[in-house]
Amino acid sequence: MIYREAGQFKTSYGADQAMLPIAQDRWVIAAVVAVMLILVPFLASEYMLQAILIPFLILSLAAIGLNLLTGYAGQLSLGTAAFMAVGGYMAYKFTTAFPGLNLLVVFLLSGVCAAGVGLVFGIPSLRIKGFYLAVATLAAQFFLNWTFNKVPWFYNYNPSGTITVPPREMLGVMVGGPEATAETRYFIALLVVVVLTVAAKNLVRGRIGRSWMAIRDMDIAAEIIGFRPYQTKLLAFAISSFYCGVAGAMYLCLYLGSAESEAYSIELSFEVLFMVIIGGLGSLLGSFLGAAFIVLLPIFLTNAPQLVGLTLPIDLQKHIELMVFGGLIVYFLIVEPRGLARLWQIAKEKLRRWPFPY
Amino acid sequence: MAQAAEARTGNGAGRPAGEVVLDVRDISLSFGGVRAIDGVSFDIREGEVRAIIGPNGAGKSSLLNVINGFYHPQEGTITYRGVPRSRMRPHQAAASGIARTFQNIALFKGMTVLDNLMTGRNLKMHRNFLWQALYLGPAKREEMEHRDAVERVIDFLEIQAIRKTPVNRLPYGLQKRVELGRALAAEPDLLLLDEPMAGMNTEEKEDMCRFVLDTNDQLGTTIVLIEHDMGVVMDISDRVVVLDYGRKIADGTPDEVRADQRVIDAYLGVAHDDGD
Repeated sequence: MIYREAGQFKTSYGADQAMLPIAQDRWVIAAVVAVMLILVPFLASEYMLQAILIPFLILSLAAIGLNLLTGYAGQLSLGTAAFMAVGGYMAYKFTTAFPGLNLLVVFLLSGVCAAGVGLVFGIPSLRIKGFYLAVATLAAQFFLNWTFNKVPWFYNYNPSGTITVPPREMLGVMVGGPEATAETRYFIALLVVVVLTVAAKNLVRGRIGRSWMAIRDMDIAAEIIGFRPYQTKLLAFAISSFYCGVAGAMYLCLYLGSAESEAYSIELSFEVLFMVIIGGLGSLLGSFLGAAFIVLLPIFLTNAPQLVGLTLPIDLQKHIELMVFGGLIVYFLIVEPRGLARLWQIAKEKLRRWPFPY
Repeated sequence: MAQAAEARTGNGAGRPAGEVVLDVRDISLSFGGVRAIDGVSFDIREGEVRAIIGPNGAGKSSLLNVINGFYHPQEGTITYRGVPRSRMRPHQAAASGIARTFQNIALFKGMTVLDNLMTGRNLKMHRNFLWQALYLGPAKREEMEHRDAVERVIDFLEIQAIRKTPVNRLPYGLQKRVELGRALAAEPDLLLLDEPMAGMNTEEKEDMCRFVLDTNDQLGTTIVLIEHDMGVVMDISDRVVVLDYGRKIADGTPDEVRADQRVIDAYLGVAHDDGD
């Protein structure tokens, strides 16, 4: 009933191919963006922005990057954090070398650098598939982490080995460094995420997305139809790494402020991979749902006992949080292996008919 | 060369076959010690329906794989439109106008019927990823043009109702039809069909025959067909090649092939006569 598209006639292929062909979807998305843009900055506290919403947005972007590669093009990768590290370190290099450079341009350039690195580490995918490719991308993770640790040029020969974002302005507002408010950083992250999500959606609904999915679903048939597997896979690696690189740059500039190479460790790679798997492979919405699940749920679980008036010892509470979190991951994967996005899809199909049985 | 003016015998269209599109000369293909194709020669003429038949393991599918560049024969030459072909990648074969369907359905399971057909248009789309990401102007126009072409294929194959359905939810017969559609979306000159009617019931076979003949008649596509249903082969093909153990044992019109004693012995069987 709620999702019934009866009466919404499409008179052109353009309307039928639109990003959100159903009016209800358009309203929901518009409402979400409006709330994120207008209401949230007023209502949310500094803590809420800094600890929840900013990392949620940035990790969503990284999850989109990995989802393009793993969910759409079918190439398993464990090197997400390494490509994010390239973004982070290059953002640091760019912004210290060219202090006048707009931070958005810095993000873009960092993403391009990460895309180049991703391209190189994507070359093994031409020969190997599946778990073996995952191991090969693991090499990227260790090699790049080691490089950023050992080559002082990357952290400007700073004795502590950390990279710190210097104060940066954009249109007269502090956007980088310790003086930038959480609200400003939140707005920038939101802007970048919205723009890049629209671009990703455009990619996956067009020829490029179809070529990725064709390679994923049946590579031999794809080749016989005329797709070139090498170019297709390498483009997937490059674009995926671009997204991860931008996310990594924002992770440093908008969230952490200062970091060592440890910030982009393999745990982050796994975290993003879990987001993609729990959210739903091959779904952009799933990337957001997965990021929300991984970022928000632990925070909710931490605060849940207090909310019901329960005071627990801090270590017991931490253990319970981990156990419940793990249990929920297993539960959701059993209920719907194709992720939260698939659950939403099923709900939508039910809503179309509700309250009638069919 | 005597058969040059051979008329269509099956459906009575009475159209003389055109010039040679693809000429296969003394092809041999081995996998290790197994000789899949052994010195096979035949030609395919413009606008004809050319059937390749033979018992299981006779090398029919291998022959199709050779034609579209997936296997490379150790011996022999292939001449396509007068040009001898060297080693060719499958996507180059696709670019030169050869499309095919598969014995076991090779659709992209996670995608809708529409998207599957759109993949067939891939070689005709040229906008790069930056335009795609913006989805403005040229990229959008290109997408619409090809959607239009794909909709014509959808109408042709009468699959309008399922265009938004993911293919893994479709019954087998429709999947076969969608696969034909994906090949047709590429607007091929030469269409290779690997058992398009396998596992279908009579109605589905009749529909498929109609689509194959319509493709041949209305779109002028040259068709190479592998099929086990003798009734279908004898009805719709202009000329038939018969393979057995990788060798060609007969080549000619359905009537000639049917009368050939070696074919009867090797393939149609002596014990039962379902061939006629």
